[in-house]
Amino acid sequence: MQYEAVIGLEVHVQLKTKSKMFCGCATEFGGSPNTQVCPVCLGYPGVLPVMNEEAVSKTIRTGLMIGSKVAGFSKWDRKSYFYPDMPKNYQISQYDLPLCAEGAVEIKLDGGKTKAIGVTRAHLEEDVAKSTHFETTSGVDFNRAGVPLMEVVSEPDMRSPEEAFAYITALKEILVSGGISDCDMEKGQLRCDSNVSVRPIGQKEFGEKVEIKNMNTISGVRRALAYEIQRQTAALQKGEKVSQETRRWDDAAGRTFVMRTKEYAHDYRYFPDPDLMPVVVSEEMIAAARKLLPELPEAKRQRFIKQYGLPEYDAGVLVADTALAGYYEKAAVASKNPKAISNWVMTELLGKLSEAKRTIGECAIQPEHLTELVALVDGGQISGKIGKEVFAEMFDSGKSPGLIVKEKGLVQVSDTGALEGFVNEAIAKSPKSVADFKAGNEGAINFLKGQVMKLSKGKANPQLVGEILQRKLRGG
Amino acid sequence: MRKPVARRYDTFLNMANDTNQFDVGYVAHLARLHLSDSEKQKISAQLKDTLAYVAKLNELDVSKVEPTAHATPLANVLRRDEVRPSIDRATILKNAPEQARDLFIVPKIVE
Repeated sequence: MQYEAVIGLEVHVQLKTKSKMFCGCATEFGGSPNTQVCPVCLGYPGVLPVMNEEAVSKTIRTGLMIGSKVAGFSKWDRKSYFYPDMPKNYQISQYDLPLCAEGAVEIKLDGGKTKAIGVTRAHLEEDVAKSTHFETTSGVDFNRAGVPLMEVVSEPDMRSPEEAFAYITALKEILVSGGISDCDMEKGQLRCDSNVSVRPIGQKEFGEKVEIKNMNTISGVRRALAYEIQRQTAALQKGEKVSQETRRWDDAAGRTFVMRTKEYAHDYRYFPDPDLMPVVVSEEMIAAARKLLPELPEAKRQRFIKQYGLPEYDAGVLVADTALAGYYEKAAVASKNPKAISNWVMTELLGKLSEAKRTIGECAIQPEHLTELVALVDGGQISGKIGKEVFAEMFDSGKSPGLIVKEKGLVQVSDTGALEGFVNEAIAKSPKSVADFKAGNEGAINFLKGQVMKLSKGKANPQLVGEILQRKLRGG
Repeated sequence: MRKPVARRYDTFLNMANDTNQFDVGYVAHLARLHLSDSEKQKISAQLKDTLAYVAKLNELDVSKVEPTAHATPLANVLRRDEVRPSIDRATILKNAPEQARDLFIVPKIVE
């Protein structure tokens, strides 16, 4: 019998705000433990949480980007649970009236097809503290407690680990481009749980679902799902039952382990939080959020292809990173050769950045300088080879290419008299290549060309050198 | 009319609707209370009475009434996204049951 998987994802995203969800403590990542805390985020009794308007507005913006219905009326609930990372014994969340309901994220499948993955809801809640486990005790750092956290719940619309991977990637792209979150998984800004079940193909009802936790990377999600689908399928094939339970993914071991079974499922006992007033989303609030909507990645990709004449591949690479796309546009918009700009960005710039372990934001080269460099090469003032040398210098010093060319005397030699001198010298030094060329080996001219370039320290105009060589060899 | 996206009957509502379902051990566990057998008996009887009293509310037809989210008629109590000073760590850690490496130390609980 053939089986298929049914996958739904719950993605938690830390919103990009300066202060926490319900208090003024800083949200900045990497602070010394327990330095960004106060009675509110430590869960002291008797404190009064007050909503961060930026978190609310970013959630509304997310809803607009994924085509959700933004609720006119939304409220806050307490979700009861007992764990040291949440000492007031409840998490402030949204239960039955989330800010955003419904929506969809479009994913790309093999062969250029697309598929819409439904979103059930997106709501706001507060993040919990970070626990570190020691031999016999645990240590708790509350810097993360109370950071605004948005939970995006998908419909069970995915059928393979690859689709789940594509969904998270697409959602992440939307959230980063909208300035909603940086979605850095290493910093825990994007976390993901999954529900997965398996059923015989053709069956309408879902199989018994298993929840998987602790998938810390997007590729980890793919591995965990692939393992779990295979485990459930094998069980069904042997005539066994899959039990409804929560399992933990162990990436090192490459398998999932039971965390808790249905009998031990949490009973969260949600009830309205009396400390917090509801949110009434007005037309004005939606209009304000609409003004801040970014161009969606797919639209931007199409525009790059049209406006800058880029191949689909280039547009895809550039748009996948919002900051990189912004950098490219600044350089391309003023250039006569946007495709050349793309070549420099995709090969030289990305290569250098990854070598130096720097982000595009930390790049010393101004976009305008890249425009200038392409103009210098296209105008024949410097050769492409010298261009790379100038680029390396720009990357290290941040100087403009014009200045570097001037300082180092790198201007391309197009003066025929000077070039003829180099050509004569090369011909005199390489009688064998000259003889080969005359014997009909046209390729031998490249060696001579190389010699001329070497003699001119790379500054000779290669096209002119070729012409002069041809003339001299054929004429002589 | 607001439409709730998700609705699930709460444990207590179920129990209020059917007091025979009432499980004092389960409720005590949810509140992390340890009750002796005699306490269980006593409290079970008391809570059943309480629930039976609250169950009178079920006689009201509230099908056309919107659920109250808050008793105070206020909405959108928001603050600007501005960082305010936190409390000094040394001060806050004075309230920790135990501390080490600038962390609150608690018994190890791993799920």
